[in-house]
This record gives sequence, C-alpha cells and structure tokens, in this order.
Amino acid sequence: MAIRPKQITTFTRWSGLAALLFVALLVAGPLLALWARADTSATLTGSDWAAIKFTLFQATLSAIISVVLAIPVARALARRSFRGRGALVTLLGAPFLLPVIVAIFGLLAIWGRSGLVSQILLSFGLERLNIYGLSGVLLAHVFFNLPLVTRLILQGWGRIPVEHFRLSAQLGMSPKDVFLRLELPMLRSILPGAFLLVFLLCVTSFAVALTLGGGPKATTIELAIYQALRFEFALGKAATLGLIQFAICAIIAFWSLRVTVPVAFGDGLSAVTQRWDVSSRWLLWQDRLVLIAVTGFLGAPLVAVVVRGLPALTNLPPAIWPAMLNSLTVALFSAALSVLLALALAGFIDSLKVRHQKMSSIVEGVGLLTLAASPFVLGTGLFIIIHPIADPFALALPVTALVNAAISLPLALRALLPALQHNRLTYGRLADSLNIRGWSRFRLTTWPAIRKPLGFSTGLAAALSMGDLGVITLFAPPDVETLPLVMYRLMGAYRMDEAASVALILVTLTLTLFWIFDRGGRLGHQT
Amino acid sequence: MKRSLLAAALVTFGGATWAETPTLTVYTYDSFVSDWGPGPAVEAAFEETCGCDLVFVGAGDGAALLSRLKLEGARTKADVVLGLDTSLIANAKATGMFAPHNGIPANLDLPIKWEDDVFLPYDWGYFAFVYDKTLLSDAPDSFAELLESDVSILIQDPRSSTPGLGLLLWVKEIYGDNAAEAWATLSPRIVTVTKGWSEAYGMFLEGEADMVLSYTTSPAYHLIAEDDDTKAAAIFEEGHYMQIEVAAKIAATEHGQLADAFLDFMLSDAFQSIIPTTNWMYPAVLPADGLPDGFVTENEPEKALLIPIDKVETIRKEALNEWLSALSR
Repeated sequence: MAIRPKQITTFTRWSGLAALLFVALLVAGPLLALWARADTSATLTGSDWAAIKFTLFQATLSAIISVVLAIPVARALARRSFRGRGALVTLLGAPFLLPVIVAIFGLLAIWGRSGLVSQILLSFGLERLNIYGLSGVLLAHVFFNLPLVTRLILQGWGRIPVEHFRLSAQLGMSPKDVFLRLELPMLRSILPGAFLLVFLLCVTSFAVALTLGGGPKATTIELAIYQALRFEFALGKAATLGLIQFAICAIIAFWSLRVTVPVAFGDGLSAVTQRWDVSSRWLLWQDRLVLIAVTGFLGAPLVAVVVRGLPALTNLPPAIWPAMLNSLTVALFSAALSVLLALALAGFIDSLKVRHQKMSSIVEGVGLLTLAASPFVLGTGLFIIIHPIADPFALALPVTALVNAAISLPLALRALLPALQHNRLTYGRLADSLNIRGWSRFRLTTWPAIRKPLGFSTGLAAALSMGDLGVITLFAPPDVETLPLVMYRLMGAYRMDEAASVALILVTLTLTLFWIFDRGGRLGHQT
Repeated sequence: MKRSLLAAALVTFGGATWAETPTLTVYTYDSFVSDWGPGPAVEAAFEETCGCDLVFVGAGDGAALLSRLKLEGARTKADVVLGLDTSLIANAKATGMFAPHNGIPANLDLPIKWEDDVFLPYDWGYFAFVYDKTLLSDAPDSFAELLESDVSILIQDPRSSTPGLGLLLWVKEIYGDNAAEAWATLSPRIVTVTKGWSEAYGMFLEGEADMVLSYTTSPAYHLIAEDDDTKAAAIFEEGHYMQIEVAAKIAATEHGQLADAFLDFMLSDAFQSIIPTTNWMYPAVLPADGLPDGFVTENEPEKALLIPIDKVETIRKEALNEWLSALSR
C-alpha cells in the first residue's frame, strides 16, 4: 500500500493529552485527597462485600436486559418511518434525563402498590403488584437506560448506507441474511460499548437501588461510600470502596472495549434509509407492537410526572427563577466543557487506533471511567483539595459544572467515537491522498460525520447537568440554589405538591435543552 | 470560660479596630435555611438586635453537617453549629471543636432533664408512625401490636437518614437483646427502605404504604398548613424515641460573644415561637403564647425514650449490624 496511514497531528496529540491528564487528575485526585486525610486504615466488613456483590450483579443484569431489549426497538425505529417518529426519538431522551427521585415517583405511579397497574389488578379482584426487590431495581434501570441504548444503536443503523440495503434487496437477501451481513456487524461494533455504558451508569446507582430494591439487601457500593463519608467519617474506607468501584468498572471497560469490532461500511449518498427487505406484514406488525410497547413503557411514567406536577404549578415559590438561571448556566457550561473534552479525547483515541491499538483502548478506558467515579468521593475529595486554597462557596457553580462535564464525558465519547472511527475508515485515506489536513479536513470530512452525535451528546450533557444534585450540595453557598435543590428543599418541608411542580418544570426545561441540541445536530438529516 | 473571655476580648478589639458589622456564620441543615424553614424569620429577628449580619449555611442534614465540619476542621468558617441531634453529640464533642455554653436555662420544656455542658437544645420531637385515618381504621397502639399486625410501613435507612437512625435506636431501646428478632418479625411489613425522610414521606402520601416513619408533629403540618385533618400519628404504649436538636458554639470562633448572644436568643421567645410552624417540632422552651392551635392533639406519647448520649455510638453500631442481618435475610 503506497498510502501511509494518517499521522497523528500535533494539535490532536496535545489537546488529547491535555484532556486525558485533566480527566485522570479529576478522577485520581479526590481519591488521593481522601487517603491523605484518612486517619484510620480501611477495613471492609461483610456487609461491604455483600454490597460489592450486589452492585456487580444488578449492574450486569440491568445492562444485559437494557441492551437486549433495545435491539428490537432500535430496529423497528430504523426501518419504519411514520408520523410522530421524530417525537418518539426525542421521547427516548427523556427517561435518562429525569432526576432520580422524579423517575422513582413516576415509575411508582404506574408500577407501585397504589399505581395504575395495581389499580387495574385490584379491579379484577387480583393482588396488588409488588415490585420492590430486584425486579424494581431492574425495572428502573431498564427504564433509564433502554432508551439511551436504543439511541446509540439507532445511530449505528443510520450509518449503514442505504445502498447496501438496496443491493441486498437486488440480490434477493432475506431479512435474516440482511441481519447477518449488515446489521450484526454493526451491532457488534456498538453493543459492547453500550453494555459498558449502562453497566457503569448502574454501578453508581444508589437511591434507585435502595428505594426500589426494598431494603438493605439492595445495598450498592455507592451507599456504603455515602455511609462511610457521612456517618462514620471514614475517609480511608470511602476511598478504598471508591477504588474498588473503579477496579470493577475498569475490568468491565477493558473487556468490552476488547470485544468491540469496528466496522466500515463506506458511506452512502441518501439520507433516508429506505428498506426493501422488511415489507412483510408479519414484520410490520412485529415492529408496530414493539414501538407501541416501548412508548407505553417509557411514556406512562412521564405522563404521571406531568399530571402530578400540574396542580401546584401556579403556586410556585419565587426562588425557582434564580434557581432556574443557575441551573441553565451550569448546564450550558458543563455541556460545552464536556463536548470539548470528548472531542479532544475522541480525536486522540481515534488517531491512536491506527498504530497503537492497545494504547488507544487504555485512553478510551480512562475516558469512560469518570462514570464510575462516586459523586460523593469526587465531591468530598475536591472539597478537601479546594478548601485550603480557596473558598469552596465561591467556586460552587464552576466546580459543579466541571464535575458534571467529567461525568457526562463518557456518554459523549461513546456517541462520538464510533462516528469518528467510521469516518476515518471511510474517508481517511481519500483525505490523506488529497492531502486535506487541519481545519479543512475537520470541516469537510469530520464535521458532517460527527454533527449528529455531537448534537446528541451536547444535549445529553446539558440535560444531565440540569438534573444533577451531587456535588452542588457540598459546595453550595446559602444563596445559590439550583432547580433540583429547590425541589428537594420543598420535599423536605412537606411541600410535595410544589416539589412535583418544580419537578415538572425541571423535566420540561431539561428536555427542551436536550431537544434543541439534539435537533440542531439532526437538522437537514433524518435519523 | 477563659476561652470565651479571650474570644470576647477579641470581638471587642476587633470591633474597635474595624468598625464594620461582624458576620456570625451559623452552619445548619438544609431544611432549616430553606424558604419554608425557620431560617429566614430567625435571621430577620436576630439581626434586629444583634448589630450583626447573620448568615446561615445549609449542609445536607444533621449527619452531613457534622462530617462537613470535620472536613473543614480548624479552618471552618462556622461560629455556631445548629442542627445536630442527640445521637450525634458524642461524636461531635470528640472533635474538640466545640466550646462549652454559659449554662443551661432553667425554663427548658423537655420531657427529660438536659445536662450537656456543650450543646443546648432548641427543639425536639418524637419519632412516630404516621398514617391516614380514612384509610387505616385501627392503627396499632403499641410496637408489639405493630409487629403482629399486617400494616405495611415505609422506613428510612439508618445508614443515610436521621429518622432511620432514630427508629433503629427506638427498637433497640424497647427490645434490647431481642431487637434482631423484632426486626425479623417486622421485616415482611416493610414495603421499602428509603435514603431519606422525603422519599419515604412522599411515597406514603402517594399511597405506597399504610404508615410511614416520621414525627408525632407531622399531622400538625397537614392540619395547620393544608387544613387536612386526615393524618394522625400512632401512639405506642412502650413510649416514643426522642429526637432533640441542639446547637453549640465553635471553640475557635472570632465572634464568641456574638455566638453566645445567638445561643441566648435561640432559647428566647422570638426564636422559639418561630419553630413550631416552620420546623414542625416542639420548641425547647414553650413560647409565651403557647403552641399554635392543632399542634398538640389529645393523644400524646406518655413515655419518652432516649439512649444516654455517651452510649449512643456503641449501641448504634451493634443495632445497625442486627438491623442489616435481620433485613438482609
């Protein structure tokens, strides 16, 4: 081969290294800070090990179920076009973006002991539904993550050029053949990463696991960390547990990155994926059923959140206006930061893939690990680091934005990397041979390829930051409130109706923010 | 005493040198400072007389407040800490960060005798199971009856919540060595265990269980603020575990005199009359006008339970292990 693979440009290398260093410091710094301040050595008890076991168990199961169920949903969405499809794709962003406690109440309105399903069962003279236990934990985790995985797979489907489907139709391939030749390779390139993402998201689950898990049987590592930090002030133990959490996630991360098989389909010309292999009535009804089921499953709790929030909407405290502004500011900053970090890292990882496959996996693993960071360890560690040098209160909003950016980085990375890689395999050599470099290369080849995932991940990062409560609680000065904080304070003061209304506003704002970015990325395209 | 004299001297000296208004920083729990808590009214009332700027800093709940203080150590900005409770006092004193108060006022209205030399109580309450009278007609009259009944309950996790810890100590105080058995009997009735009070109470209001662990004063909120008289607290024969909320002065404060003035103010009518309908707890000193209508019902606990401050930590650890193994079965 005469053409040499693209060299890593200086800019890609330095910006990538800077981003990597930043992420590594943010992840390792707090752990080290906790150890430095710890005065007792950490001993793990039997219940800590039980928590570690349960965490692994529920996260693995949640990830498997979410990924398996997402495949038919994404497939149905990929091969059907119908009215309201765009709305449904946007709806898929919603569950993931719900603040945990809002989601719990939404889910209970449907699946709880006095929820809709129980009411129906009772009216038929049957027993109430009792979801508390492993089933409750899985239900909630699938509710959160099924839509996310669906979106990720859907992007994969979008990258299979329509020409390939046309060709396979001309060759008379059956749906099964199309699946084996076109869809399976695409899935193999996406599913391990998606599995990993859901696994990481479920590892740090705390309130959902405890509340819907029905009791201390459903204790996760994150709860043990919280307990160690808050009641026992055992900083060393919290750091050790945090490290174990990292170790588990790192093992799963490297494993899943290893089994990922990248694909190159080349690129097609047409934007709308028209399909010739799926016209059978049986397949049509199968897809319809899947889409109706998933709309109900995701939509019903959302409707419950809206209905619950409506009555007190006119009765809201004035505190929500400045809180809204704070939340929006933090969200936009952290989204911008998250995407810049992700772009720098993704470019770096992708360029390493050419010659340093192993190295690239390691960098990618590090980039994904922020998701495994315990927010409590992160917050407490940063507080220990910052407190001696600066007033933590003065830094409340910047620190929150920073931490939120780091936490949503893995999601952006997961969405951007496959697109970048696909783009390199498709256009890389052409661009190399035409000697298109630097800015023009980015503008001409990279930008069109990453627009959609970029919009998606910016929206995700902004929205995630909106609903987050983690770090702000430790840093927030008395007069700085964010929307989730107002919501919790209302709940703490018995004002559940007003809290539900603030939740509704929060969810609406969050979704709007997500929709704007996601839509911006998709403008002129059809996904 | 020497310390507070020194601090007082520092304040006077400081006041003379820099004529700006001193700032008194009070660390407290989150719901105290919220717009619906006592914070805003207390701040306004104290600032009328103190010639100072009173700043409340909210830090999670009581337990989070204490770990925040430990994190900050000697560098803390706090002059006063308000919002720890009796189960945290021993732990807090061990930090050596607090200074003794100037004496316990004689007019405290607590069901027990207050003897601590560092912390002063400002309000208190009884833990109790709250239920809806229209949905649950015969609520249990005793813990024993609750264990035998088929009433469903929501509780909080003692590892993450103050009421959860209160229940843990309550059961331990009643059942002693048999606490593990009591938990095992209760276990099938527990719908779920939540991270904090808000989740459990919210779920109770949505109808997820017959009763929720809260306070005897919770029904008063619904009656006074919402004009809803359907909620009631089940009063148990064995007695109710108490939560006494306390405050103390930070030893290293530069505003010792002001901090003392705040602690005095805390037990005055102006502060105490704000407590019932904002913090929904009993004031530590009954206000001159008494309690608001509807705050006290005809059915009040007859027996107050409380584990002595210096024994709480050991008992907590033991009881927590029993709880974990009984509920993890």
